[in-house]
Amino acid sequence: MVPLSHVIWLSAALFTIGVIGALTRRNLIVILMSIELMLNAVNLSLVGFARVWGDLGGQVFVLMVIAVAAAEVAVGLGIVISLFRNRDSVNVEDVSLLKW
Amino acid sequence: MTASAVLFYLFGALALGSAIAMVLNVRNTVAAALSLVVTMIALAGVFVLLDAFLVGAIQIMVYAGAIVVLFLFVVMLLNLRTDLFPPGRSFLPKVLGVVAALCLLALLVPRIGAHLPAPALLPEGFGGFRTVGLALFTRYLLPLEVASLLLLAAIVGAVVLAKRRID
Amino acid sequence: MVEAARALPTLAATPSTLLRWIPLLPLIAAVVHGVMLGLLRRTLSRGAVIALSVGSVIASFLLSVVAFGQLIGLPEGQRAFVDDVYTWIGAGRFSAEMSFLLDPLSAVMILVVTGVGSLIHVYSVGYMDDDHRDDKGFQRFFCYLNLFTFSMLMLVLGDNLLVLFLGWEGVGLCSYLLIGFWYMDKWNAYCGSKAFIVNRIGDFGFLLGIFLLFSSLAAAGHPTVAFRDIAAAFPRIAEQTVQMPDLLGGGEWKLATLIGVLFFVGAMGKSAQIPLYVWLPDAMAGPTPVSALIHAATMVTAGVYMVCRLNFVYTAGPGAAALVAWIGGVTALFAATIAITQTDIKKVLAYSTVSQLGYMFVAAGCGAFSGAIFHLATHAFFKALLFLGAGSVILAMHHEQDVDKMGGLRKAIPITHWTFLVGVLAISGIPFFSGFFSKDEILLAAHGAEQIPGHEALWAIGLFTAGLTALYMFRLYFRTFHGSFRGTSEQLHHVHEPAQTVLVPLVVLAVLSAAGGLIGVPQVYGDILGVKNANSLAHFLAQVVGLHEAEVPQAEELRLAALAVLVASIGIALAWWLYVQAPSVPQRVRESVGWAYRLLFGKYYVDELYDMLFVNPLKWISENVFYKGVDAGLVDGVLVNGSANAVQAVAARALKYLQSGFAQSYLFFMVAGALAIVAWLVV
Repeated sequence: MVPLSHVIWLSAALFTIGVIGALTRRNLIVILMSIELMLNAVNLSLVGFARVWGDLGGQVFVLMVIAVAAAEVAVGLGIVISLFRNRDSVNVEDVSLLKW
Repeated sequence: MTASAVLFYLFGALALGSAIAMVLNVRNTVAAALSLVVTMIALAGVFVLLDAFLVGAIQIMVYAGAIVVLFLFVVMLLNLRTDLFPPGRSFLPKVLGVVAALCLLALLVPRIGAHLPAPALLPEGFGGFRTVGLALFTRYLLPLEVASLLLLAAIVGAVVLAKRRID
Repeated sequence: MVEAARALPTLAATPSTLLRWIPLLPLIAAVVHGVMLGLLRRTLSRGAVIALSVGSVIASFLLSVVAFGQLIGLPEGQRAFVDDVYTWIGAGRFSAEMSFLLDPLSAVMILVVTGVGSLIHVYSVGYMDDDHRDDKGFQRFFCYLNLFTFSMLMLVLGDNLLVLFLGWEGVGLCSYLLIGFWYMDKWNAYCGSKAFIVNRIGDFGFLLGIFLLFSSLAAAGHPTVAFRDIAAAFPRIAEQTVQMPDLLGGGEWKLATLIGVLFFVGAMGKSAQIPLYVWLPDAMAGPTPVSALIHAATMVTAGVYMVCRLNFVYTAGPGAAALVAWIGGVTALFAATIAITQTDIKKVLAYSTVSQLGYMFVAAGCGAFSGAIFHLATHAFFKALLFLGAGSVILAMHHEQDVDKMGGLRKAIPITHWTFLVGVLAISGIPFFSGFFSKDEILLAAHGAEQIPGHEALWAIGLFTAGLTALYMFRLYFRTFHGSFRGTSEQLHHVHEPAQTVLVPLVVLAVLSAAGGLIGVPQVYGDILGVKNANSLAHFLAQVVGLHEAEVPQAEELRLAALAVLVASIGIALAWWLYVQAPSVPQRVRESVGWAYRLLFGKYYVDELYDMLFVNPLKWISENVFYKGVDAGLVDGVLVNGSANAVQAVAARALKYLQSGFAQSYLFFMVAGALAIVAWLVV
């Protein structure tokens, strides 16, 4: 097996790319996709550690993460569609009502 | 270098590359989504290399095959094209954000190298369908059931949100 | 090396549950009135108010008589009843009970307070009935009067310093309420405030005295404020000395002297001695029964009572005793000189009260504590009589108080005239009236008080002041009741004798003023008549204050008495000549020594001096420093408004940008936060 540190570095790099995408892009859907990328990075890290310690719990956790991600995407895209219907835009700057 | 090591670095580079492509791709949202698919498949390969066979298969079936497809559906439904920056909006927060994320990475990376445990000897069938399946339905039964409830809630939520108003 | 003194055994006292009712009955009446007027806003009928208020005080008097009878029944030297109601303060080794002590001293006081108080309550029914302004005024008056009676009884019946102080403050409060009774007129309210504030200055000294006494006793192992315990334990600290700080002149003072001085400061305020007497003349703004009760018979005598109660302090601290005696003497003279020029009938009596209180303190300072109490009692009789008589005259003259507008009233209001004359004779010290015996005892004590420096001068001052007293009192009498009427014919038409309820107390007090001296007849007369222990009052009080024997031979004593009578007679004769025979002479005197007249008539300008020295600077500081500077500027401006503005500056101009509504900025802050935490953990 490849040294664990390489696995973790890959995971960290993917996570950082996901954060940059979530912070930088204006399109709501792309932001959601970046969030998915972040989740994937975490999944990678979990699988790596599961392998190293021989513990299946890590892999089960990954399955849960995937389930949660699926639910989140479903609901999130539903919200995006409603937003688009109301404002005719999926620009994140146009949905800045979450204040005070 | 063993074959699995080579494959790992290959898949790793692929994942990284398409991730960057996804984030940087401004013009074409569909292309971004497809880049995401590539990332996911590459990661599935990495999973298999790490003896997580069921997880790898699920990754392809559910993540790449369903979730990103869902993204594509929505992109095409909403007929989105480009995501150009409009003039006047300041870059500063974005730059700051990028810098912060990179700093975080820079802090973490050097310290990951040390004190990591050595790989353990794996029992027979580790990561395979039978073992993981059994674990899911015995030791990790509760999380499984809770996850199914969560999916139920998500279904209901998605239907409610996407419904057209009945006029 | 002298051994530290031993403590004496505490006087044992018989328990009794009767005592608590003596102050409690007037309190109940006051509370009923207070609740009705304050909370329920309903008034009782006049009859009900009278029955409740006057009845409660008369009941207290009857209970006092019963208690006194029980007290006499106890063997001599052990006469003490204690009523321990409950433990008021309990802290570690120290406890102060709410308990009442009936011993000879407090027995005399409660008889005077409830007795004279009942008479004045009855008088007030007739006097305040004239006040048809509003019915509530009648009830409110009796509410305050009952509250005052309660406080005064607490003061004299208190078994410890704290209960005494409670009553002390209570009478101060009621004095304020009653002086400013007709508060619609701002001047009356001002006089009430003045009385209260000047009293409080004295109370500061009083409190310091209590603290010093208690801490000294506690340091010696007796943390107590109960009188019997203090009296017993006092010998342990009687010889201690205190090093005064250089700021106050350095030097070593006896502890007893310092304590005595501090307590006397309280007495200066409450009993209107120099320098804190200025409130008493202005207190005449209140209704006349108030002046009679509070400012003649009871409240102002609280200082004298307190000094006598703490007689062991003054006996052990001769410096303090000398101060008491001299201040008393100087005040007596000072007030008498002012009284001979005043034209308001009540003001003359007010200065007279200040002067007579000075006499009481002369006696106390010279060690004749029972003499002071004797004069307290006789003064209560004749001064209350004089005030009530003046009130009757004021009523007859339809609220005219200026003596210059009266004259020749003796035919029109005969009963008032004759009772007033009895009072004037008593205060002047004419033989066999009560004032004669009490004043002589005081002068004799001053004459024989070797331990007071300059005691002969003190005696001379007392003698001269006695002459002045006779002069101004008879001046008042002649101007009011003799000669021709100087008011308007309208007033003359309305002059008539007031109601029964006003006259009966006058008669009773006249009898007491005439015959009351019999309780304290000096032994010298007893020897002439072959009666042993003629001075029953002195012997009765000996258990508490000790027996003061002036070492003066009998012949000397009789000579001194004759001298005093002579001086008084000269005063009366002078008054007769000036105000009856030759009315133009006073006018000519005034013109020739105009400056002296103006000085005396203007009360030595002491009020103006105090205004300039204390009142106006304080008012200026209050207005400019505290109001404008601290309150409006600091508290309002910086603390209240300033903090609000600061919050607004931070929140409205800075913090609000944090909540922009952009989800991406929120995410940025999350990342930054995570970065900070990781950096802290890692670095």
